[in-house]
Amino acid sequence: MLKFVKGYMDSIDGIEVFPIISLLIFFTFFVGLFYWVFTAKKEYIKSLSNMPLDNQNDQIL
Amino acid sequence: MEMQQFHYDNKIVKKFIYATIVFGVVGMAVGLLLAFMFLFPNLTDGISWLSFGRLRPLHTNAVIFAFVGNAMFAGIYYSLQRLLKARMASDLLSNINFWGWQLIIVAAAISLPLGYTSSKEYAELEWPIDIAIALIWVVFGVNMIWTILKRRQRHLYVAIWFYLATFITVAVLHIFNSLELPVSALKSYSVYAGVQDALVQWWYGHNAVAFFLTTPFLGLMYYFVPKAANRPVYSYRLSIVHFWSLIFIYIWAGPHHLLYTALPEWAQNLGVAFSVMLLMPSWGGMINGLLTLRGAWDKVRIDPVLKFMVVAITGYGMATFEGPTLSLKNVNAIAHFTDWIIAHVHVGALAWNGFMAFGIIYYLIPRLFKTKLHSIGLANLHFWLGTLGIIMYALPLYVAGFTQASMWKQFNPDGTLVYGNFLETVTEIMPMYWMRAIGGSLYILGMFILVYNVIITVKNGSKVEDELAEAPALERVTNKRTAGEGWHSWLERRPIQLTIGATIAILIGGIVQIVPTIMVKSNIPTIASVKPYTPLELEGRDIYIREGCVGCHSQMIRPFRSEVERYGEYSKAGEYVYDHPFLWGSKRTGPDLHRVGGKYSDNWHFNHMYDPQSTSSGSIMPRYPWLISDELDKSDTEAKMRAMVALGVPYSDQEIEKAQESMLEQGAQIEKNLYADPDFVKAYEADKKYSADNGEAFIEMKNREIVAVIAYLQRLGTDIKVETAKTNQ
Repeated sequence: MLKFVKGYMDSIDGIEVFPIISLLIFFTFFVGLFYWVFTAKKEYIKSLSNMPLDNQNDQIL
Repeated sequence: MEMQQFHYDNKIVKKFIYATIVFGVVGMAVGLLLAFMFLFPNLTDGISWLSFGRLRPLHTNAVIFAFVGNAMFAGIYYSLQRLLKARMASDLLSNINFWGWQLIIVAAAISLPLGYTSSKEYAELEWPIDIAIALIWVVFGVNMIWTILKRRQRHLYVAIWFYLATFITVAVLHIFNSLELPVSALKSYSVYAGVQDALVQWWYGHNAVAFFLTTPFLGLMYYFVPKAANRPVYSYRLSIVHFWSLIFIYIWAGPHHLLYTALPEWAQNLGVAFSVMLLMPSWGGMINGLLTLRGAWDKVRIDPVLKFMVVAITGYGMATFEGPTLSLKNVNAIAHFTDWIIAHVHVGALAWNGFMAFGIIYYLIPRLFKTKLHSIGLANLHFWLGTLGIIMYALPLYVAGFTQASMWKQFNPDGTLVYGNFLETVTEIMPMYWMRAIGGSLYILGMFILVYNVIITVKNGSKVEDELAEAPALERVTNKRTAGEGWHSWLERRPIQLTIGATIAILIGGIVQIVPTIMVKSNIPTIASVKPYTPLELEGRDIYIREGCVGCHSQMIRPFRSEVERYGEYSKAGEYVYDHPFLWGSKRTGPDLHRVGGKYSDNWHFNHMYDPQSTSSGSIMPRYPWLISDELDKSDTEAKMRAMVALGVPYSDQEIEKAQESMLEQGAQIEKNLYADPDFVKAYEADKKYSADNGEAFIEMKNREIVAVIAYLQRLGTDIKVETAKTNQ
């Protein structure tokens, strides 16, 4: 089954550039993520983190 | 705003909890039986379906997919409804998810002991069950995503992201690793061979740990720890970074299971680099979990739920510190193939998954049955037995791993191995195996206490009912970002986009690692003298797979002086090109077998299979009498060869046509070789006479399973010897 697709990418020039591209994707992604996380508003974060506790049916047993 | 009334489905949660408990007992009991088989190798003497090799996958599958899997579903079905303020979208799908999953488990519990296995770790189940798993998994995903679309809560809490990533990634992993070509209803061959199969398998194996045992439980941690402590998570910002970095990095780390093997070097190093990075998100998660208890540590003293969760998170921290350490090549050179790895996975399974599951069970049972837990004291007793059990289990195995690895590598001044006999290194660690069995016993004893405590609590409680809740309907807002809304806040209310984002994150790692290895031929240098197995050897290999030999014997000699001295020339990638599936193994309870071909006589193998202790005093290998008495099933041989041809193994039409003839010929030669031993001749001829006297059908030795096994074992690793011989001429 696999023999039909074997060698498929041999012809692609510059396959070595794959790791570089993925590194760039990583880097940009995490820079963006950290930027958002550090600039997010405090009240908003607080409301999100309270979501599990927001349940009127809870009785403490 | 108008309030809508609806009911949370508690009954489905109850069902999954019951299944968790039942299969927890089963999975742990099988594990304990296996632990005792190290001490009494012939505990289940002569019963093929209770032999170690067949039960080992049953234990791992039962614990991972039945115990932890059901606990995961229970926790998700409970928390998802509450976090979304909505009932599960479809009761039908919930129930198909539940009953389908239990049927799969039962199918596994029957098929694995009978020897139907693909031999790929944690993916042993044969192809029809693989398809069933994929279908039920999709049912779970559809039900979850449909519920998300019907939610009354705008934003998706971080736990739900973990659940979504779990669904997506497990689906991708399962499908790609289980690509196999069926030969018959319960037999298939992996489409990948050798190195490629190994890489795909450990990409799967490692990420099964990541996305089946870790991400769903992190989601559960982010819900149940704040719930039990009654305070929000320590840092929600940290949880966002934790989520994205964890799923981004985890997917790359698989090759650390294949260090110093025939896997291309670049893939090994990539795996190591990402494994080391993985420490940061893992510990970020652990710290976030533990610090949630800031100012609430007094509660940990009195609440067994929190006690279990604290030890679970601590266990997670230890296992995820150990993981990156083990993936360093110099540490891995010592730890790989030893009991250190067994200790490592059990810290994860017993502490992280087990204790988190127990914490959730003790939290949910009183709430579902609207009563108090029958006995806090018994829950505390369970906690202490479990904790001691984990320590008693793990510590001796660390010692065993170090001791054995050191003995494997010890040289005399004259350059010979100090412990040339592998068995000496096994005998040395027997006391550790005893302690491990005691630790395991303590842990399962704690489990029995949980069973009792839960039964009494349920009896005292009232019937589980769907719980009434109310919340306003969700107002429609624009799909676009609203004024002042950050892109991540937008993403958090767009479940589909979030899911796609997570999918991209996990696919990048897979593509960069797997695609080049599979597609680029130069990664696997071919060796001209490596030829496909003969039909009889192929049948022998299938018996090797059926009996789970790979559970205790590796077929991968690493390029170390100590291993080359002990086993022979180190393994080359090109030697495995016809191995569908690969059988490198991950543990050496017995010696490596890659170069066992030609090392012993046919008689030695025959006697060894009949009674390992007779040829190797002190061996802990069980007897395989059924291989010696049973007739070899040759009915599928041609179909198997044709399947191999479809996968790229160069059998000619003529070879396939003459398969039966060739098997008889090779079998007859081995039978002839066996006549060299007078004891064999005496016993065999007596058997033949007995059958003739009593008019019973007699199976000639050349047609029995043992002959195929011997043919395969004698072939192992010999192709390259031909090459060397030729070069020398």
